[in-house]
Amino acid sequence: MRLINRHPSRSGGLMLLLLPFIVLMAVYFTGSSMRLAVNPDDKLLPSAAQMVDAVKDIAFNADKRTGEYLLWDDTVSSLRRLGIGLVVSAVIALLAAIATGAFPMVSAAFSPFITVISMIPPLAVLPILFIVFGLDELSKVVLIVVGITPMIIRDLHARVSEIPTELWVKAQTLGATSWTLVLRLVLPQLLPRLLVAMRLSLGAAWLFLIAAEAIASTDGLGYRIFLMRRYLAMDVILPYVAWITLLAWLADELLRRLTQWAFPWYGGGTR
Amino acid sequence: MIEIRNVWKEYGDQIVLERLNLRVQEGEFCSMVGASGCGKSTFLRLLLGQERATRGEILLDGERLPREPDAHRGVVFQRYSVFDHLSVVRNVMLGLELPRAKFMGRLFGARRRAARDEATAMLERVGLGAALDKYPQQLSGGMQQRLAIAQALMMKPRVLLLDEPFGALDPGIRKDMQELLLTLWRESKLTIFMVTHDLKEGFTLGSRVLVFDKVRVDPQAPGAYGARITYDIALDHSRDCASSIHMARATVEGASRVEAVSA
Repeated sequence: MRLINRHPSRSGGLMLLLLPFIVLMAVYFTGSSMRLAVNPDDKLLPSAAQMVDAVKDIAFNADKRTGEYLLWDDTVSSLRRLGIGLVVSAVIALLAAIATGAFPMVSAAFSPFITVISMIPPLAVLPILFIVFGLDELSKVVLIVVGITPMIIRDLHARVSEIPTELWVKAQTLGATSWTLVLRLVLPQLLPRLLVAMRLSLGAAWLFLIAAEAIASTDGLGYRIFLMRRYLAMDVILPYVAWITLLAWLADELLRRLTQWAFPWYGGGTR
Repeated sequence: MIEIRNVWKEYGDQIVLERLNLRVQEGEFCSMVGASGCGKSTFLRLLLGQERATRGEILLDGERLPREPDAHRGVVFQRYSVFDHLSVVRNVMLGLELPRAKFMGRLFGARRRAARDEATAMLERVGLGAALDKYPQQLSGGMQQRLAIAQALMMKPRVLLLDEPFGALDPGIRKDMQELLLTLWRESKLTIFMVTHDLKEGFTLGSRVLVFDKVRVDPQAPGAYGARITYDIALDHSRDCASSIHMARATVEGASRVEAVSA
């Protein structure tokens, strides 16, 4: 049988799914124990026990100076920034995409402009954001918004043109005005595609969040990682990276299920 | 009722339709046949208002057609005719909601229930009474076209335009749909324009067959001349004149065959 036609069985599939994770763990802990055997004070590849201790300390013991639980406080502030940034970007992108996608006059004026704007590297304008919006919460959220909105607008704009011409014509023959056509055809057709676009831009949103936190912040997951780097505290950094990965995966999964649940007619939720 | 006066349609250098003149009375069923690329669908889009004639004018009851699609002209396309984000009954209700709710585009409360009842009655007429709350992609191709027809008829349009509505259906289902369409046409006294590839379909359904063809062809410049209506055949299905229909069909088929050979 050709290799392209061979599919794993159910249990075989599960094994194959776990395999790369197990290999990664095995490689890491072998390396870790080899290094620790040579030098017990080695900080580069901490053992599982060391990481568990560090996580216990940072997640379940209140900080002696501030009385805060660092991991949870970092998580809450980072997720708040990420959430606000994503929602604001989604709303702006939806409005802009409807305006440029549905009205040729608006499109003629703004589509090339948006294409040019989306070419600006967001991190290059980060200093401007800090100067204009200060170093507090606002500039971090604005960086996420500046970073991902043009991308989502361009994606959604393409999605509007995916709506078949037949449907635009049909809606007009059913007595739609420009406004009700947007309300009853374009908006419902775009909402699931917006969720998909948000899923795709999650990665970029995390990137900009951690970049902003690394440069100017006093809390947040990105801030903690960059702070711990000074002490070479890999026993904290590695669990933090794993935690961020888990959060990112959960956010993606949540958006996927939301798409499937809220828009059962849309096939894209399975992708 | 509909009058077409010296209509031309050109795309740049390419002339698609030239010198079309036609008068159609209320209640006629015009099937439009011809080789592909000879402008039948373009003509339908002109009637629909989706495109504009380069020259000439199309009059509905003596007045120029609006330059965009409107509620007087219903349409059923071969594909993408129904809204995939709405359930079957909501698809049909849309035609009631949009004209009645200018701001929200949807109805609420008692008016909504009334619209739902009206839509349900229409869906039962086309045989979709059992699929009210399904989404279009859960329906077969034939049922989707039934839905599209119900949706268009809900508006009680003056003119119904069909662009190869049954082109993608299996022969058996096609026959059912043709019967359904004839029944609806007789009941509602609509004026129908239907584009079809299928000569037989054109002749069995239509009360009048319009054959589109290029009269002049310049082999050096295929786009230099447009298509015209070369045959305009009135059929009388009520009297038994099957033989004359056959004669007419034979003429048209012969003509298109000659065309195919010379091309």
